Amino acid sequence: MRRLLQVIKNFSLWDLLVGLGLTGRYFFKRKVTVQYPEEKTPMSPRFRGIHALRRYANGEERCIACKLCEAVCPALAITIEAEPREDGSRRTTLYDIDLFKCVYCGLCEEACPVDAVVLTRNHDYHFEKRGENILTKEKLLAIGDKYEAQIAADRAEDAEYR
Amino acid sequence: MEGLLLVGWIVVKIIAIILVLLLSVAYITFLERKVISYMQCRIGPNRIGPLGLLQPIADVIKLLNKEIIFPEASNRYLFVIAPIISLGTALAAWAVIPFDKTAVLADINAGVLFVLALSSLGVYGILIAGWASNSKYAMFGALRAAAQSISYEISMGFALVGVMMAAGSLNFQTIVQAQAGGIWHWYWLPLFPLFIVYWISGIAETNRAPFDVAEGESELVAGFHVEYSGAVFALFFLAEYANMVLISALLAVMFMGGWLSPFQGVPYFESLFAFVPGFVWLLIKLSFFLFCYLWFRATFPRYRYDQIMRLGWKVLLPVTIVWIVVVALAVQFKMGPWFV
Repeated sequence: MRRLLQVIKNFSLWDLLVGLGLTGRYFFKRKVTVQYPEEKTPMSPRFRGIHALRRYANGEERCIACKLCEAVCPALAITIEAEPREDGSRRTTLYDIDLFKCVYCGLCEEACPVDAVVLTRNHDYHFEKRGENILTKEKLLAIGDKYEAQIAADRAEDAEYR
Repeated sequence: MEGLLLVGWIVVKIIAIILVLLLSVAYITFLERKVISYMQCRIGPNRIGPLGLLQPIADVIKLLNKEIIFPEASNRYLFVIAPIISLGTALAAWAVIPFDKTAVLADINAGVLFVLALSSLGVYGILIAGWASNSKYAMFGALRAAAQSISYEISMGFALVGVMMAAGSLNFQTIVQAQAGGIWHWYWLPLFPLFIVYWISGIAETNRAPFDVAEGESELVAGFHVEYSGAVFALFFLAEYANMVLISALLAVMFMGGWLSPFQGVPYFESLFAFVPGFVWLLIKLSFFLFCYLWFRATFPRYRYDQIMRLGWKVLLPVTIVWIVVVALAVQFKMGPWFV
């Protein structure tokens, strides 16, 4: 009897119809696609995107060439050379981050005593030529200048948890 | 002069059919992506043109611009001939499809036979493609396609035998006319098992999901057309979709009353919808089957190869043979409302 029922069920294509009903219902469901450049998903203030070097409000660069970031970097992505400036303060002459080596762990930001090197929210960047993966000091400072408002807001939001 | 004019007129008709067909094929590829993505809670291509409507045009331009790569070890002539055979047979079969009461390119008496012959010939395109590529995956794909098509050809042919007996003719116009008298007189009802068998075999015949083991991208990369690229690949693509439209049209013509109105014999609606030309009804029926093709692809997982063979030989074939006997008896003894 059970086998007969099974045969009837098979020949009526019942299971296939149930499957078609399921996909048919999904046809009218709300679509969940986020259309990226126009729509974006919410992002944490702790997001670790491309790096930046920050400045003080008076325009003086924060980095004092302590090389803690270079030391802590697990991927050896940071290269720093330093010399005293004319006014005698200690500054970097070379501050390179190799984005191909970087693993975006954020340890450099944690290590920095003056909040100079930070990871911004900016994650959709690209390179067009060989060698552009090396972020030089000028580029890093430029990124910092460009996104300073965002960077400061993110730090302020996260401050009480640090 | 008279003869030349006639030939010219036929050529115009052929070009019209092929143009419409190719355009609809282009948009079926777009529709397929849209429908499947909607069933997967996505929105599908929507970047090129309004609502993504220019997507197929962009695809065509891309495919035509790509390099055609001839594998070193391939047989060049067969390699090029294969997609031409595929597309040629897929297009040629349209000659006998009736679009309306008078609109049919070749109103021949052996129409069903012609279509069967051409759909069988289409397999050669796939076989030759697999052989000429001289590649393992292509060969496997071609072998599978050949075995599958031959198996399903039989139940397909038998399903058509039922239609021929019921209509008493091989001519498509006569078959359509024999179904006159409203939706309950169309052959899907008296020949229901044959209708389902023909539908399933049609999907298998066109190598579409869930019977697409000939391409089976998860196991055979792309099956018989792994080595094809650019325009020749586009020909295979066109042939596959043209075959889909053809099978849908055949289903509509032979089981769903072709260009007949579904309101025939319904008192009020018959006059209300009398102004709708026949080919619109055919188009609606055809679109339904085409949508089902996409719906099935979004729903069913691919059959295992031995399951396909089992289904073809052990399930569909016996069912058709039994129902052919039933139909034969019904026709002989003029039974029921259908076979008088």
